[in-house]
Amino acid sequence: PDLYHSSTKPRDAGTGAIVIIQKWYRGYSSRLKARQLRALSIFQSIEYADEQCQLQLSTLFSFMLENYTDICQADSELVHRFLLSQQHLRERQNFEELIGVSQSYTGPQLNFPLTFIDIDYVLQHFMKNQILHARYVTEVLFEMKKMLMRKPNFNRIKSHGRDITICGDLHGNLTDLFLIFHKNGIPSHNNLYIFNGDFVDRGKNSMEVLMTLFVSFLTCPDYVHLNRGNHEDSMMNLRYGFTKEILHKYKIYGAQILKTLEEVYTWLPIGTIIDNEILVVHGGISESTDLNLLQRIDRHKMSSVLIPPVEIRDQATKSKENKTGESATTPERSKANASSSDHLSKHEWEQVVDILWSDPRTKNGCYPNTCRGGGCYFGPDITAKILSKHCLKLLIRSHECKPEGYDICHNGKVVTIFSASNYYKEDSNRGAYIRLYAGTVPQFYQFQTTSETCLKPLCERCVYSKKNSEHWVLKERIISQKTDLTHAFQLQDHGKSGKLSQGQWALCMESVLGLQLPWRTLRPHLVNTDNDGNVDYLSSFQDVHIKKPVQEVQSTVIETLYKYRSNLEFLFNIIDSDQSGLISIEEFCETWKIFSSHYGVPSDDAQIEELVKKMDFNKDGSIDFNEFLKAFYVVHKHDTLKPD
Amino acid sequence: MADDRDREEAVVAEFHKKIKEAFEVFDHDSNNTVDVREIGTIMRSLGCCPSEGELHDLIAEVEDEEPTGYIRFEKFLPVMTEILLERRYRPVPEDVLLHAFEVLDSAKRGFLTKEELIKYMTEEGEPFSQEEMEEMLSAAIDPDSNSIHYRDYITMMVIDEH
Repeated sequence: PDLYHSSTKPRDAGTGAIVIIQKWYRGYSSRLKARQLRALSIFQSIEYADEQCQLQLSTLFSFMLENYTDICQADSELVHRFLLSQQHLRERQNFEELIGVSQSYTGPQLNFPLTFIDIDYVLQHFMKNQILHARYVTEVLFEMKKMLMRKPNFNRIKSHGRDITICGDLHGNLTDLFLIFHKNGIPSHNNLYIFNGDFVDRGKNSMEVLMTLFVSFLTCPDYVHLNRGNHEDSMMNLRYGFTKEILHKYKIYGAQILKTLEEVYTWLPIGTIIDNEILVVHGGISESTDLNLLQRIDRHKMSSVLIPPVEIRDQATKSKENKTGESATTPERSKANASSSDHLSKHEWEQVVDILWSDPRTKNGCYPNTCRGGGCYFGPDITAKILSKHCLKLLIRSHECKPEGYDICHNGKVVTIFSASNYYKEDSNRGAYIRLYAGTVPQFYQFQTTSETCLKPLCERCVYSKKNSEHWVLKERIISQKTDLTHAFQLQDHGKSGKLSQGQWALCMESVLGLQLPWRTLRPHLVNTDNDGNVDYLSSFQDVHIKKPVQEVQSTVIETLYKYRSNLEFLFNIIDSDQSGLISIEEFCETWKIFSSHYGVPSDDAQIEELVKKMDFNKDGSIDFNEFLKAFYVVHKHDTLKPD
Repeated sequence: MADDRDREEAVVAEFHKKIKEAFEVFDHDSNNTVDVREIGTIMRSLGCCPSEGELHDLIAEVEDEEPTGYIRFEKFLPVMTEILLERRYRPVPEDVLLHAFEVLDSAKRGFLTKEELIKYMTEEGEPFSQEEMEEMLSAAIDPDSNSIHYRDYITMMVIDEH
């Protein structure tokens, strides 16, 4: 029988039906694509706003430095711990003796120097969802420090006809790394690799990704090149998940691993130059980028983007002394101090931050990267200028998630390469890597780890995709600003009707949340609209609320703590110098006071103290701050599961 | 009378903002132009379902006299606003879509096999490209039976959108 048309139906009905389906499908798929792109930009806006928040903490540190002598005795000890996290690193031998390996450990037992078999052992082990023993992690880290110390600030590669593969951000996505090694081969003398930073944070296998890269490097340090990214920074790890992962997986050994890791980060080279033609750095450049200066600096002194450089501190001290009428530190003395100190000068520090944090943009010129709070936006004219100044032809960088895993801009002079697929959530983006073949143009290879959803039966699919969607994440943001938003809405609502026009609603959302998003398109997902097209602005808050860990406390206090929980988590982690996870009630309240006074956050200190005391369930005067902060989360009405 | 005019102006203003938002998603260089190949996607993302033929005509309307491969927002906006005001190219209701599948499934099994769907979509009507076909299959196909249970598929697409 004819497959297309049944004998009882005319030919036209068949073709007509097909066109109906095709039209519908194309409409559906376009809407999906537009939604995915929008979702990406929403996630990205939120991510950058968070980064900006994080970097603003560096002004908190400067503030504390400035007011060091004003703060009373109890606080100054706190401030001391905030600022001087350099604990003395224990000798390697002593440390290794302390970590015994039990009989039951079935994983790889590494012997140095490492060989290709070790790469294989480690990969096999990780594929079984196992972790590398703390003993070997520590040994790998010590060896890394030893080897990296010999490297110059910029890796210099001569291709000599060999292929070079460049990978971008991996962010703890182990499956992506496996995929790349599977498709592209493991590193060897004929298969060179450059990993362009951001190996860790956000993904759940940051440690395994890092160990795989480090083991590969230690096996063939001339064929694997690692560039530092902005997440190879122990302060960033505190906020973005790697510190937590280490403490969870390695428990009592976690603290020492973190300290050693901090040092290893500072020894990572800040970039790679291929054949004196191609510059590979994690973020980008600025109009003042001076590769000659960058090759001379002591990169080891760059501990974290959050530790302000010396000159800012000297200026702070100077202004303090001026206030009290004593003689000021002269600028010349400041500079002299700078060069002999443990830190980079302000100019050097800014040069490194630009390399690690900048983003290319279409607009000409160089201006501060206000979204992220660090580095610059640089235009095609800056690229042309800097590349020609240093006789280079191409800049390859990473740092930004792209839907296709890569992007080319600035007339082909800047390439972005991003290797973490599904970075924000399932299906958010592809990952990619570049293979530079000798004598031809670079080739891009894309990939995306399989959507788990596709393997589920149809009825289960839609429910799965709702959680952690961009709307979900936005709603959590919205509820955390409920007080400010309500205030803004009510200011506009002259008739006290509970309703605003769509335009007014969009304006309030943008100004309070500080996120430039397509509010009108998002509106149906976030709020109810009546038949006249007016927005019932309070309906945003209807199906979400913040869980109250203790009933007697005001909602506004809960909201404030929820809103700032990431910053607080970060600050607590810093003062918790022995990484026990516990801080005293006094320390909590002092930290909160410093934080809220600096940021001008209105807070009822008495209520907060009471809340904290109530959450000290075993009444021993200390609280587990991770447990404490986890107790504040957003409950979505239609979701019965607690967040991860 | 004046009220009606005000209301229409307000509606048009809102449409303008919506169209701008949809356009900006694809304006990668932030210079108020998009690649002509994305126009179909933008129009469809605004809720329209033109056929490929209708799209072809629309593109001719919004292109510059000397086609550059890019469409400028200034030309796109008035045309798209008219389309939205006149509610042109509305998507067919769900039951019409279901009926279309049923016409193809003459044996009334409740599903189409993978081979059947491929044949229909890539050889008839306004044929799918290979990429479009693969995309549709990846979401529509039931991996166990290698067939498309179209009723469930439609339900899923509808829920997904809302």
